[in-house]
Amino acid sequence: MNITVSMTVNGKPVTAEIDPRTLLAQFIRENLRLTGTHVGCDTGQCGACTVHLNGHAVKACNILAAQAQGATLLTIEGVRGVDGGLHPMQAAFREHHGLQCGFCTPGMVMNAIDLVQRHLHPAEEVIRAGLDGNLCRCTGYHNIVKAVQAAAARMAADTTAATLKQGGQA
Amino acid sequence: MYAFAYHRPATLKQAASLLRKTEGAKALSGGQSLIPALKMRLADPPVLVDLGGIAELRGIRLEGTTLIIGAMARHAEVAAAKEVMTGIPALAQLAAGIGDRQVRNLGTLGGALANNDPAADYPAAVLALDAVIHTNKRAISADRFFKGLMETALKPDEIITAVAFPLPTRAAYVKFRNPASRYAIVGVFVAETAGRVRVAVTGAASCVFRVKPMEKKLAGKFAPEAIAKVRVAADKLNSDIHASAEYRSHLITVIAQRAVTAALSGK
Ligand SMILES: Cc1cc2nc3c(=O)[nH]c(=O)nc-3n(C[C@H](O)[C@H](O)[C@H](O)COP(=O)(O)OP(=O)(O)OC[C@H]3O[C@@H](n4cnc5c(N)ncnc54)[C@H](O)[C@@H]3O)c2cc1C
Ligand code: FES
Ligand code: FES
Repeated sequence: MNITVSMTVNGKPVTAEIDPRTLLAQFIRENLRLTGTHVGCDTGQCGACTVHLNGHAVKACNILAAQAQGATLLTIEGVRGVDGGLHPMQAAFREHHGLQCGFCTPGMVMNAIDLVQRHLHPAEEVIRAGLDGNLCRCTGYHNIVKAVQAAAARMAADTTAATLKQGGQA
Repeated sequence: MYAFAYHRPATLKQAASLLRKTEGAKALSGGQSLIPALKMRLADPPVLVDLGGIAELRGIRLEGTTLIIGAMARHAEVAAAKEVMTGIPALAQLAAGIGDRQVRNLGTLGGALANNDPAADYPAAVLALDAVIHTNKRAISADRFFKGLMETALKPDEIITAVAFPLPTRAAYVKFRNPASRYAIVGVFVAETAGRVRVAVTGAASCVFRVKPMEKKLAGKFAPEAIAKVRVAADKLNSDIHASAEYRSHLITVIAQRAVTAALSGK
């Protein structure tokens, strides 16, 4: 029996009737046609399908769409910088060659943004441990770590600038 | 996946009645073990009862000398909760080492215990800390909860609601993890609570177990050298592609000593 799910995806409310077996990753890719969320392993190992569910990074292939009922979802398509261009994390991946084939990249970027939001100035070990659930077959990780470090510095600077602009204290 | 009907009740009472109504119905918490099992068609529940909408299963609080953690507490919440970090830092550290960030953002304490994977981390903490598992029907002591390979004392329609951990005077968990799966090849939780010592081992056999000879030695002298010569016989331990039973037997003693050292240093 089909069920109805509603959630907010990248700021827009969506409602759909689905088979309860529908995975969140499937829902995002096939119902919403947001194919930036990749499916690599479909077993919860590789992290390519990482999205933010109510502000937390989760693997969309390992959760039912039904479990996200009423939730706020952010996928790679909804990620952008304060000026509307690339998010500092995306820009840093480009600048530091944090990708080769790009298959793992959306998941890496989503997890890395969540990681940096919780650890403002992450040490290398924190980044490596934090990206444990994301596999990359191309880069060897070094440039991904460099990119996350660079983005973290930019994100901290952006936060400070935004706070000052609002007249608050940095 | 085989087809199933999906329900998301708002109260524990509704969830229990839904589980009771259909034989084979299953609770769904984080889904981090159940969804993979459904995908591989290792489970075919006709009904899934999602506990994610039940507020009474959430929350972490300290009550006197007991730490109470709701069944739906995510691993990441337990790892970051002030009550856990001050009350039982070893438990916060254990939760921070389960799987990866994304898994910790969904997986729950109740799901991990009900699942009772032989290599899971939480069962070692619950058994060593002599915690009490509360369900919608009763309270079950840790010693009577873990029954065997992925088997617990839970009845098919029974729901874990919370776990009560008595605060230990010192405790530590050390895990020798499989770098690919992140599960324990051997994990040892050592705890001293109200003058009694308990040692629980996960990852090594078909189910978490206590090492009473180590507990006795440590009660006499809480120091790593006290258990240096205590070995768990290999004949009841797992042999697989990750480690032989002999290797696991050796590891248990090494890791248990490291856990005692960590408990002594309070880290
Ligand atoms: C990539 C990956 C790595 C992992 N690494 C580790 C690791 O290193 N260490 C570790 O310990 N675990 C690990 N896990 C497992 C993870 O911790 C799971 O979250 C946990 O085992 C199950 O919790 P859950 O909330 O996801 O339960 P679910 O998957 O929702 O449920 C599991 C089982 O418990 C039952 N159940 C759920 N909640 C209740 C309840 N309240 N009352 C009664 N029955 C209930 C369900 O019916 C089901 O049978 C890993 C998982 C993945 C995907
Ligand atoms: S596709 Fe989800 S973890 Fe690999
Ligand atoms: S860039 Fe190819 S998998 Fe990471």
